[in-house]
Amino acid sequence: MTQPTGPLDKSPPSGPIFSIRGLRVSLPDMARKPLLGPAPRNRILKGLSFDLSRGETLGIVGGSGSGKSTLGRAMLRLVEASGGQVIFEGRDITHLPETALRAERRRMQMIFQDPMSSLNPRRTVAAIIAAPLRLHRLDDPADRVRQALDQVGLPAAFARRYPHELSGGQRQRVGIARAIALEPDFILADEIVSGLDVSSQAKILNLLETLVARLNLTLAFISHDLSVIRRLCTRTLVIDAGAIVEDAPTARLFETPQAPYTRDLLAAIPLPDPDQPGWAL
Amino acid sequence: MSLLEITALCADIAGGTRLLHDVSLSVDVGEVRGLVGESGAGKSMIGKAVLGILPRSVAISGGTIRLDGQDLCTLPPAARRRLIGQCTALIPQDPLTALNPSRRVGRQITDRLTDRLGWTRRAAETRARDLLAEVRLPDPERVLRSYPHELSGGMRQRALIAAAFAAEPKLIIADEPTTALDVTVQREILRLIGAMQRRHGTALLFVTHDLGVVSKICQTLSVLYAGHVVEDTDIGSFFRAPAHPYSAALLAATPQYTDPEASLTPVPDAVIRDVEAELQGRRAGQ
Repeated sequence: MTQPTGPLDKSPPSGPIFSIRGLRVSLPDMARKPLLGPAPRNRILKGLSFDLSRGETLGIVGGSGSGKSTLGRAMLRLVEASGGQVIFEGRDITHLPETALRAERRRMQMIFQDPMSSLNPRRTVAAIIAAPLRLHRLDDPADRVRQALDQVGLPAAFARRYPHELSGGQRQRVGIARAIALEPDFILADEIVSGLDVSSQAKILNLLETLVARLNLTLAFISHDLSVIRRLCTRTLVIDAGAIVEDAPTARLFETPQAPYTRDLLAAIPLPDPDQPGWAL
Repeated sequence: MSLLEITALCADIAGGTRLLHDVSLSVDVGEVRGLVGESGAGKSMIGKAVLGILPRSVAISGGTIRLDGQDLCTLPPAARRRLIGQCTALIPQDPLTALNPSRRVGRQITDRLTDRLGWTRRAAETRARDLLAEVRLPDPERVLRSYPHELSGGMRQRALIAAAFAAEPKLIIADEPTTALDVTVQREILRLIGAMQRRHGTALLFVTHDLGVVSKICQTLSVLYAGHVVEDTDIGSFFRAPAHPYSAALLAATPQYTDPEASLTPVPDAVIRDVEAELQGRRAGQ
């Protein structure tokens, strides 16, 4: 097994793009709120720490409810941390006011799981991709839209279409185009292929791989599917019940998984093989 | 004779586009057949045609669907609905949208028994309680009285599996029943469906795009491409060596963490061109 080669090897040495220090997130549990007084808090993330280097492609895996999406959202300040620090390019953004945060937001973008709910059904593809460009007052939005469509392999004529006129894979390409149009340094992709069939999955992953290398992106890729992670990511975090149970280079994680939870996740993946051990139904 | 026998089934969207082209497949008593293909290949459409729940805009334009010996396409509507209701059930993809959020889970399981099959409420409730225990939901009594939002995704899917088996159907259509679940829950649900299917001797038509899942639960397999069946085979020979180039390409696209080099390859354009040409020839030859 050769070590996966990727943008990691090409990027110049520099400080980490993200430093996460003791990150905690808890949300009030309204189902258990007493009539008077505050609701008890549900601890979603229980003090996570890791660094993400520039150019790295980081896989974040875990089962439903493990906190993997919350971790991603806390990194982008889409949910507020209740403790710890999120440091982006050396700047502590954990409690940065929204006005100061805006300049940073341009450099960190997100691709969402469900393109049907993350793309406005009443706007054309061009308007969807241009919206954040206008928000950040960038020059020549039309040019950038054209370029972004080209980069994700969609014909220029798609600019005039509406999301419902696209297939699942094409919609996800629009989501990617919207993220890269801002020329960010970091992209968070949250389960972006889990709604697609296998051939479209493969196409989207190939595209992402190419873009990461060509645009020198740092990528965090959240998924419950370890096969996809293996293909794309140089390093993998395994999250269970709001804590990191394993943090390893992807190749090593697959060859010698350390945590029992990682081994369980691996064994639960159905391979296209009727005789896979441990899978007798 | 097979329990379900679909012969040369054609279906069109009003206005002309053909969705299913001469689809033929059969499911024997107790058989588990996988129905695989990319999005838009028509796999769910076949399940819907059998259940008589095609969208209004889609009409069957040829062929026959024989269920338990009777042709669904020629039966009068009331008799057809009765036959489908007695013989079949559905395990849907999304357990949240399939359940009515404002009604208790128990009532949604017993509805069909009391309203369609004339069971007494008490008998139906006992049956529902037994089934919830059989799908290994802890505290069936509580689940019966719960609303869907009080259950997790895996629990909801278990409740729907219980509902599907409630009236002892001969055939269950499972439409991507594990796609919305994470891998560990998916494994539990597949084991459960497999165990229930064997215990009750139910035939399954298992719609999915995941060949990994197919290899675990199915005995036979139909591969669909753009509304055509391109391969119809048993699981053993398919995973040893798929006969059709398109099937082979689909297999190569399936994620496989043990061999990352040999997986997640998109279906190549050349394969698509060949299969399109072949199917065009097939249509012209009729």
